[in-house]
Amino acid sequence: MNRINTIFKQLRADGGKALMPFITAGDPDLATTAALLPALERAGASICEVGIPYSDPIADGPVIQASMTHALRGGVRLAGVLQAIAEQRDRVGLGLVAMVSISIVERVGTKRFLTDAADAGFDGVIFPDLPVEESDSVRAAVAEHGLVCSLLIAPTTPIDRAERIARACSGFVYLLARSGLTGEQAELDGGLPERVRRLRAVTDLPIAVGFGISTADQVSEVVQEADAAIVGSAIMKRVATLRDDGGEAVVGGVERFVEQLAGGLSRQPRPATER
Amino acid sequence: MNTQDATPTPVDAAVPDPQGRFGRFGGTYIPETLHAAVDGLAEAYARARGDAGFQRQLDGYLKDYVGRPTPLYFADRLSESVGGARIYLKREDLNHSGAHKINNALGQALLAVRMGKRRLIAETGAGQHGVATATAAAVLGLACDVFMGTEDMRRQRPNVVRMELLGARVVPVESGSCTLKDATNAAMRDWMESSEHTHYVIGSVVGPHPFPMIVRDFQSVIGRECREQCIDQLGGLPDHLVACVGGGSNAAGLFAPFVGDASVKMTGVEAAGRGHNPGDHAASISHGQPGVLHGSLSYVLQDEDGQTAPVHSISAGLDYPGVGPEHAYWHDTGRVQYAAVTDQQALDAFAQLTRLEGIIPALESSHALAYTLTLAAENDPNKIIVMNLSGRGDKDLDEVIRLLGMGDG
Repeated sequence: MNRINTIFKQLRADGGKALMPFITAGDPDLATTAALLPALERAGASICEVGIPYSDPIADGPVIQASMTHALRGGVRLAGVLQAIAEQRDRVGLGLVAMVSISIVERVGTKRFLTDAADAGFDGVIFPDLPVEESDSVRAAVAEHGLVCSLLIAPTTPIDRAERIARACSGFVYLLARSGLTGEQAELDGGLPERVRRLRAVTDLPIAVGFGISTADQVSEVVQEADAAIVGSAIMKRVATLRDDGGEAVVGGVERFVEQLAGGLSRQPRPATER
Repeated sequence: MNTQDATPTPVDAAVPDPQGRFGRFGGTYIPETLHAAVDGLAEAYARARGDAGFQRQLDGYLKDYVGRPTPLYFADRLSESVGGARIYLKREDLNHSGAHKINNALGQALLAVRMGKRRLIAETGAGQHGVATATAAAVLGLACDVFMGTEDMRRQRPNVVRMELLGARVVPVESGSCTLKDATNAAMRDWMESSEHTHYVIGSVVGPHPFPMIVRDFQSVIGRECREQCIDQLGGLPDHLVACVGGGSNAAGLFAPFVGDASVKMTGVEAAGRGHNPGDHAASISHGQPGVLHGSLSYVLQDEDGQTAPVHSISAGLDYPGVGPEHAYWHDTGRVQYAAVTDQQALDAFAQLTRLEGIIPALESSHALAYTLTLAAENDPNKIIVMNLSGRGDKDLDEVIRLLGMGDG
């Protein structure tokens, strides 16, 4: 069984929820990316989304774009990212999912990309800029390589379309907490729990919610309904602040932050009146 | 000249298909957050396209505001100096705001009004599309934000001032390479959050479906007029059409109405810049490979990892690492030939037209011109070449002065 499926099956059996941190591969450098994976696991993450740097990430906000630009300027290449993952694969139990632009996949070749990603030890892929209409052949290839595949569902996606997208996914579905940019926000959209419930009615797959989640309280709020909370920009913002202090400082800072976030997994949310 | 088969042919209705495919190219590679906006636009455009009232309204603005039809001008002295085929210029430089860009900006702005959207956003590199969109926003009373890389803002200061005078806000983009592709990313991101009340006026035949089709259709006024003018003034169709290609909107507009005329040859001219290495040119078809950029599959300039390559051209309007998917399709089917012209060849052609005809062409158009001069020299005076003079060169004077070492400085 694919590791992502195993992780969610286990969590469901235990009544637990997943924290899914996102990190950009190669920010500040690939050695630090490699060191971050065990740190994320120690801090309580179940699955790590590894962002493959892309020059024109229109699905991402300013923090992640800047992070990817930093990685590319540092000379990070796809082969290097895959090598770093391959070296860490057996040292962590984390599920590893590549967040990758379809531009990269198209250029490298779908088959070659998926073969290399699977060989490196990735368990799944997320395509942030591939709509379900364009996804048939890519998804078939993902399945052939034993990986799971997640497409995104937006707040503006009507429920019948959301159902179609969910049917196209395996492993988990990725529900956006809000439209537009990734990045931190003070409060989550009040309609989110209802959107998760409606999606739940049309899919049996675990539901992961991301975009704009940055605190343990928000993690706690999200996992009341969803199976997993994804945190990206808030982590990469900390990476950016700690870059100049070196890799160890980045790993330490991120580990402490993800530990805090993981605290939200088991906590009861504060009553609405206190917010 | 060829006199056969001069019955009007419509724009190639076979492409794109309902999925936005031009053969294997095109499509809609966008984040799900843009799906509703793009889908809504496709529906609204399908209705507008079939609405005679909308077409009348657009035609009215094109005639009385833009100054269409633009002339088809016989460049007598230029043709004589070459001593080959006769060269005709389609004078898009005479449009209000100085280039073909206004045809599309006005069309999309009227579409926005029809959709009940009160704000326009646009990306711009050199600033020409930004100025055209700001112009359309001003005349229709719409709010307008133009995204522009900080590097381009520095290089194109007069156009920044123009847009601001027209009432637009110029939003500096400081991500990535701080140029056109990054401005496009920023505009797409804005649209994800704002599409309820905002229309994104894309500036060329690029982007996700339905943009390449919409922009081609609005620019096709160039080719429709030109075709009629050829029949009226010359008694038949031209032998060869030439236009420059960055994203490719002026070329698509000229070529599309002639696609069914098998006797008419067509050449799109890309920017060969200063060399063949990545970063030295902007010739996506000549040097690129199929790939996805800004929402569609077409020829793009990327490294082997799929990272967008840096580009260079003397002409800011051709300085883009991709090309419209319909051009990729025309290239693959062989319907249109694509060539590339260097910075220096374009500069030489610029000087020649200015001296011989008293017309200062845009550096973009100067690329088409350089190719036209070579082509004309290889042909007899009984052959007719129509070249799209897509814009005027006033905007390029600072750059030309610098390159030619003219002026006081």
